This record gives sequence, C-alpha cells and structure tokens, in this order.
Amino acid sequence: MIPELGQLALALALCLALAQSVLGLLGAARGETVWMAATRHVARGQFVFVAIAFLCLAYSFIANDFTVAYVASNSNSALPLHYRIAGVWGGHEGSMLLWILMLSVWTFAVTLFSRHLPLEMVARVLGVMGLVSVGFILFILFTSNPFLRLFPAPPDGRDLNPLLQDPGMVAHPPMLYMGYVGFSIAFSFAVAALLSGRLDAAWARWSRPWTTAAWCFLTIGIALGSGWAYYELGWGGWWFWDPVENASFMPWLTGTALIHSLAVTEKRGAFRSWTVLLAIVAFALSLLGTFLVRSGVLTSVHAFATDPTRGIFILALLAIVIGGSLLVYVLRAPKIGLGGGFEPLSRESMLLANNVIFASAAGSVLLGTLYPLALDATGLGKISVGPPYFETVFVPLMAPALFLMGVGPLARWKKASLPDLASRLRWALATSVLAGLVLPFAMGRWGAMVALGLLLAAWVAASGFVQLYEKVRNASSGANSWVRLQSVPRATYGMLVAHFGVAVFVVGVTLVKGYETEKDVRMERGDTVEAGGYTFRFDGVTAVQGPNYAAQRGQIVVTRDGRPVTTLNPEKRVYRVQSMPMTEAAISPGLTRDLYVSLGEPVGATAWIVRVYHKPFVDWIWGGCLIMALGGALAASDRRYRLAARRPREQYAAVAEMT
Amino acid sequence: MPRLLALLLLLSAAPWIAAKEAAPAAPDPVIEERMMALATELRCLVCQNQTLADSNADLAQDLRNQIREKMRQGSSDAQIVDYLVARYGDFVLYRPPLKATTVLLWFGPLLLLAVGFAVLLRRLLKRRAAEGTTVSAADRKRAAELLVAPPGEPR
Amino acid sequence: MNRYAILIAVFVALLALLAVGLKLDPREVPSPLIGKPAPSFELPELHEAAKTFREKDMIGKVWLLNVWASWCVSCREEHPVLLDLAASGAVPIYGLNYKDTREDGLAWLKGMGDPYKLSIFDADGKVGIDYGVYGVPETYVIDKAGIIRYKCIGPLTPRIVKEKVLPLVQELERA
Repeated sequence: MIPELGQLALALALCLALAQSVLGLLGAARGETVWMAATRHVARGQFVFVAIAFLCLAYSFIANDFTVAYVASNSNSALPLHYRIAGVWGGHEGSMLLWILMLSVWTFAVTLFSRHLPLEMVARVLGVMGLVSVGFILFILFTSNPFLRLFPAPPDGRDLNPLLQDPGMVAHPPMLYMGYVGFSIAFSFAVAALLSGRLDAAWARWSRPWTTAAWCFLTIGIALGSGWAYYELGWGGWWFWDPVENASFMPWLTGTALIHSLAVTEKRGAFRSWTVLLAIVAFALSLLGTFLVRSGVLTSVHAFATDPTRGIFILALLAIVIGGSLLVYVLRAPKIGLGGGFEPLSRESMLLANNVIFASAAGSVLLGTLYPLALDATGLGKISVGPPYFETVFVPLMAPALFLMGVGPLARWKKASLPDLASRLRWALATSVLAGLVLPFAMGRWGAMVALGLLLAAWVAASGFVQLYEKVRNASSGANSWVRLQSVPRATYGMLVAHFGVAVFVVGVTLVKGYETEKDVRMERGDTVEAGGYTFRFDGVTAVQGPNYAAQRGQIVVTRDGRPVTTLNPEKRVYRVQSMPMTEAAISPGLTRDLYVSLGEPVGATAWIVRVYHKPFVDWIWGGCLIMALGGALAASDRRYRLAARRPREQYAAVAEMT
Repeated sequence: MPRLLALLLLLSAAPWIAAKEAAPAAPDPVIEERMMALATELRCLVCQNQTLADSNADLAQDLRNQIREKMRQGSSDAQIVDYLVARYGDFVLYRPPLKATTVLLWFGPLLLLAVGFAVLLRRLLKRRAAEGTTVSAADRKRAAELLVAPPGEPR
Repeated sequence: MNRYAILIAVFVALLALLAVGLKLDPREVPSPLIGKPAPSFELPELHEAAKTFREKDMIGKVWLLNVWASWCVSCREEHPVLLDLAASGAVPIYGLNYKDTREDGLAWLKGMGDPYKLSIFDADGKVGIDYGVYGVPETYVIDKAGIIRYKCIGPLTPRIVKEKVLPLVQELERA
C-alpha cells in the first residue's frame, strides 16, 4: 500500500510541477497576477507530495518491505537502522528521488524567502524550476521507478553494498545533491531574468545568497566524499580524478567563478551577460554530471547500474533544458548592456581574470574526462586519461588564481594602481617568500613544489590579514578596534574566511604530497616498524563478529620516543550477505598528522602484511574545505540580504529601473 | 612426549623472543618502490577503475610480477611501458601519450587559458577605447569650485 | 548573434558526442595486435605434457586460438558454439588453457566436450599477457602468415561466428 501511495504522490507532484511551470511562466508573460501569486502555493504543494513520496520509500526501507524491488536489492533485515535509511539513496532509483526531494526543498525555500522580490520575477523563477522538476519526475516515473514491486518477494534483501555501509553514506549524497541541485536556482534566476528582459544589479543581488548557499553545500559534499574515500578505501588516497568526482568538481569550479562574477554584477552592474552564461553553464554541468554517472558512457567506481534508455532520457532532458536556455541566452544576450565601465587594471578586471582561470580549469577537467570518449567515438583509438594528466594540468592553472586571491580584494573598483598595490602588499610578499624558503626545512627537507605550495598558501593568508587590517583601520565608525572589527560586514568576513580556507587546503595538499611516508611490511607478532618518527608494534590478529559481518581485527600499538600514543585496530571484514571482503583501515587523526594502518593479506600461519602510513597535515585538506564552506555561509547570511527581505518590494523595483 | 611438549612450548614462545623490526613486504624494496611508482600510472584492465598498484585482481598481480621481473633484468620504465602498450594498447596508461591524436588534450588547457585571456584583454581594451570621455572646460571649472571647501565648512 | 551561436554549436557537438557514446562500451579494450604477427610461444600441450606446440607450427594455415579456463563462467556459454564450429570443420580451433591446473582443465574438457585440435597449457599466464588477454574467454583469428586478423573479447556467439568469424576465415583461406 505504502509504495503505491508513494507512486501516487509522485504523480501528483508531477501535476503540480506542471501547473507550477505553466502558472509561473505564462502568468509572468501575460501579467496575470492571480496566476503568478498562485505559483508559490502550487510550488509548496509540489514539495509536500515529493516529500510524501520520499517518506514512503524511506518507510519501505525501515519496515524491511522486500516486496519492493528496490528495497530488496539495497537492503537487508540485518542492516542497522541508519544504513537502512541511507539505503534509500544507495541505488540509482532512490538517489533520483533524493535529487528531486532536494529540488523541491530548494523550491520551497525560494517560496519562503522571496517576499521582497517582484512577483513577476518569483513567478518566472518558480516556473523554470517547475520545468526542471517536471523533467526529472517524468524521468523517475518512466525509467527509474523506485516503487516497483517484486513478486514473489524474496525472504530477505541483497544488502546494501558494504562499501556504502558507512556514516559517509548518510551525509555525503544529501549534501552533494543539495549543492548540485542548488545551482538550479541560480540557473532559474538567470533564465527568468533573460525572459523578462531585465538583467540588472538587482538580479545579481537576489541571486547571490542562493548561489553561495548552493556552493557551500557542494563544497561540503565534495569534502565529505573525499574524506570518506580516504578512510574507506584502505590506501589513503583522497582524490582520484574519477569521472564521477570530476562530474562534481566541474560545477564547483564553475560555481566558484559564478559567485565571484555575481559580486561584480551586484556591485557594479558589470559583465552581466557573462554571469548569466556562467549560471547556465554551472547547472548544465550538474546535469551533465547526472548523465555521466547514470548512462554508462564512462567507467567509474561510482557508476550506478547503467541502462541506455536512462541515458537517452537524461540526454534529452539535457538537450531541452540547456539547449532551451542557451537559445534564450543567444537571443537576449546582445540586448544586455555593458554595465559600469572599468579600467584594464581594476578589481573588476581581476575578478574577470579569476573567472577565466576557473572557467579554463573547469574546461580542462571536462576535456580530460570526455577526451577518451571523443577519440573512441571518432574511431581514433582508445586511451585513458587519469590522475597524471589532471595533476599536470590543474596545478599550473590554479597557481595564478591563488596569486590573484591576494591582490584582487585589495584592488580598487573601477581603477587600481599597481604601485599602490605593490606597496600595500610588500610585507605579505616578503612573508610568503620567507615561508616558501624556510618552512620546508622544518618538515625535513626542501623541495621546489613544496616551497611553491607553501609560498602560495602563505601569500593568500598574509594578504588576507592585510585586507582585514586595512578594513579595520579604514572603518569610519568606532573608537576602538573591537567596534571597528564588528563594523566590517559579514560578507567581507565570509570572503576572508573562505580564502583562508583555501590557504589551509593548499598547505594540507602540499605537505601531504611532499612528506608522507608509507611502509609496506611483513609483520609477525611483536614486530615493529617505524614511520614519521612513530613506532608501530603489531600485536596479532583476533577474530570478531559484527552485526552483519565477520572480521579479523589487528592490534597495532603506536608509540613515539617510548611514550604511548594510541592503539589502532584495522580490520579485514567479510560481509555475510554479499560475501564481499573489505578492508577497514584504522586511523589516528591529528592536527599535524594522521597515522593510518591497514591490514594486507596473511602470510603463512602467523604473519600479516601490514601497511603503515604517516600523513602529515592531511586533515588540513578537509579542514580547509570546511573553512571555505563556513566562509560561504557567512557571506550568504550577510545582513543586507536579511534586511532586504523586510524591505518593500516597490523600492527594489524602483532601484532596479535606474541601473 | 615430554620432549615434544617442551618443543611446542619453546616454539610458541619463539615469536616473542624473535620480535624485531619488521621486514619489508617485498623482497627487493628498491625495485618494489620503482614498480609501485610505475604501477600507479597504469590502469588495471580487469577492475578498470583502479590503478595497477592498488588492484588485487589476478591479472594485476601477474602484471606487477612481470614488471618486477623486467626491472630486475634491467629494463627501463620506458621499455616496460612500451611492453605493456604493445599488448594492451594506450588504454593501459593513465598518463596519455603525446601523439597526434592527443595534442589537443595536452595543449587544450593552455589554449583555453590563452584564448580566454586574449578575449578578455581585447574586450577590456575595446571598452576603454569606447569610453574615452572628455571633460569639457566648463565642467572642469565647476568641479574645481566644488572641490574647494568654503572657509568654515568641514571638508 | 553569430558570436554567441558558437555556444549552440559547441553544445550540439557535445550532445552528439554523448549520444554516440551511449552505443559504445567504455570497458572494452581493443587489441593493438590486430594486423601484427601472433606473439611467439612454445608451450606444453594439455593432454600430453611431453609434447610442445609453437605458433610457428601453424604457418600456412588459417586457425582460431581460443583462450579458456575451467574457472571461467562465460566459457560455459561459449562452449556449445565452439563445439558446433569444430564439428562443421570450417576452421581448426586450438585452445589456450589459461592459468589453470592440468587436472581441472582436462576434467572440464572431458565433461563439456573438446572442440580443440589440441589445447596448450599456459600455467602462469605469461603467454596470455603476450596476447593481451585480460578477460577470459577471448578468441583470435590468425591467418596463414601468422598475423592476427581479429580478436573477439568475451564469449563467441552464433551471430559473431556467422557475421565476423566465418566470412573472415573464408577470405583468409582464399588468399
């Protein structure tokens, strides 16, 4: 009964989404106020029914209803409750349902936080989002229905893939999808603005907090995925340039360019057509990512069970949604004015340069990901493009961006002066060069790449301090520094924190790549091995039983200079239902290092192959990402957006007309 | 029997007596390190989404052994790569070789950046030329007047 | 307008590429040995360990080399097709028993039937590597000069035999 209810709810959601699009877009085109006002309520109704459908599927999982085919292939009665819930998005069909749940959540949020926007704008935005919803709900109902029944029902399910039975599975997909799907709002705002023919600074101001929020979620989602791979996969890697990882990274790169571009469009009304294009491209890359993961076109560790029919459907969706919006763009873009003028050397031009770099980076990742397919399709051969390519290409692209990160925020709008910038930044430059030259020795040995990485990270951090210092010093109000610190807008803190997060991230990557140690040894009971100054003693292996697995658990005692540090218990598990063996690494995280141990194979009767890693500063990688996301959250919650929510609509319309 | 018991006791105590610095898993650590460095740039053809270094598939183990063997015989990394490509094609390399068909791949990013900056620069300079505004003499005079604060008024 | 139309053109090209991609198999590894001489080997026979067999022994004949193993599940699918092909006498089939044990290999042939003129025994898989084997079963069509002309990855089906293998064999016989 419940699954059928879910399917019905989905069908109703489809009708409401259709109504939402029609009422929104036609209503705005024809100026029908009643229709436009109704769009909000219809959108909320869509959210309610999508949520019901999702809850029905979740209920089927929790109640172990194996008559539902999807539940039977992704769950098991011995599976702990939280993994039964995470199992809802463990396969293709359920994850698509999660996708549209996120879309409807964002839609709902737009209906709540858009009181200050002109009705016509809101109606169009909701209308465009409604079209996307229609496309995806149709996709689910016709090719990926999670509610299909299985007769006869199996006595028990095939269990969730053991690799997915992890806290990472609970958090990573929802965060990631919130990010991916969140870019649909920036997209909808852009298309709505194109359709209304009114692209101005106000549009950028409305769009910005939504885009930044989506970017925050995507940053967290990607960081969670990377951290999960690190501790789950057993060999300490944290990014593989796998096609699916790239599929999430490309929207992130484009999204970063977008939030910077929106800043310029909001402040100066400049490069509007480029910002609109970025918004369309960011969402296009999200949709492309969905296609790549589910169509079977590329091989990937993450790929879902693939089916060409699904691939064709998503391709059609991509063609219609993006093709349509590009068409609107091509028709309307020439009419968009130039906006505020600026000199070749100015904050605007530096932000534009930043955009070029990030767009090139996203383009390069796309090139590398799709090139093997392009060669194969044209019969020119079959190649692989993997981490060696991406690392060679990506790092040189990002270095100039890091440099600009220090200079850009200090440059004046409209016209900047090079000597002025140089003098303000001379101490930051000196500090950075010193850091690059000296710090590597503190880690053990000097290396050019490490020096460069540390130099750039120090540059970003030091110039960030200069920015904060100048803001405080120049603040007009406040007798003392504390008051002046408080007067700096939250969005500025957001920027400083986010950039600082980038510096932390770069330090993590540089130091881990430069100084990590790995020891692959054969250990008898009592044997020791040394890595990174720590001594690891192997105390043998015992057999243990888990809720749905049997394991061999090793015991490794770690000491440093004779003093005990920690005990690590790596495991080799065999999950009973799928008979799949899995290695669980044991990690001792720390601010300055991770100690990482995993069991290899048993050798003979008593010995085991053990892999021991010392990874300095590796947690700074994900710490940096979280700090970036924090910066984004600060920026998105700036007072002017919250105040704006209370200001009457008409005032905005008047302001918009003038620019 | 008592002698057997004593022997067994002695043998079971042996691991503790013999506790030592663990031996490297591989017989030849230098070759091993070189092999693993090469293997991380090669694709496992069975699992296809793991490197040859990480995969536990039979073929991966066989190929790793082959590489070790060839290194011991003195082959260079380039020769080993050629050996594998001759049998499995370019697909086995994660670092795509530079050929006529991959020139666009390797130079693409640089090209994108260069074109992007070229377009940007052109637009910026064109924009500046278009906005060459001239300020009239009357406006200059008025501006000068406005900028000089009358006595007694704060600037 | 024409400046922006580039965007549409790029997008359409991307869609076309992805559409073509849906029909391709990203996991298939095409063989670089097509058109090249069959790698040389000298291996003991499966049935008679004392005798050896070399690819040179087959110069002047068109033949099939089929890589199989007793532990290979897909080989069972393919075996009836091989038996039919052998019975028709169109082309001699030689087997390469890949990474198996003699007992298992012999028992398998006894139980399933033996379509091979003879099978050679590649215990450690070295010859398999030379031939670029990555997923058993695989089948090679080799011509009179000892050049590999075609490789079938995965089990042979009646359709592949009819559409690819037999026409090629006939063409090579005429040469």
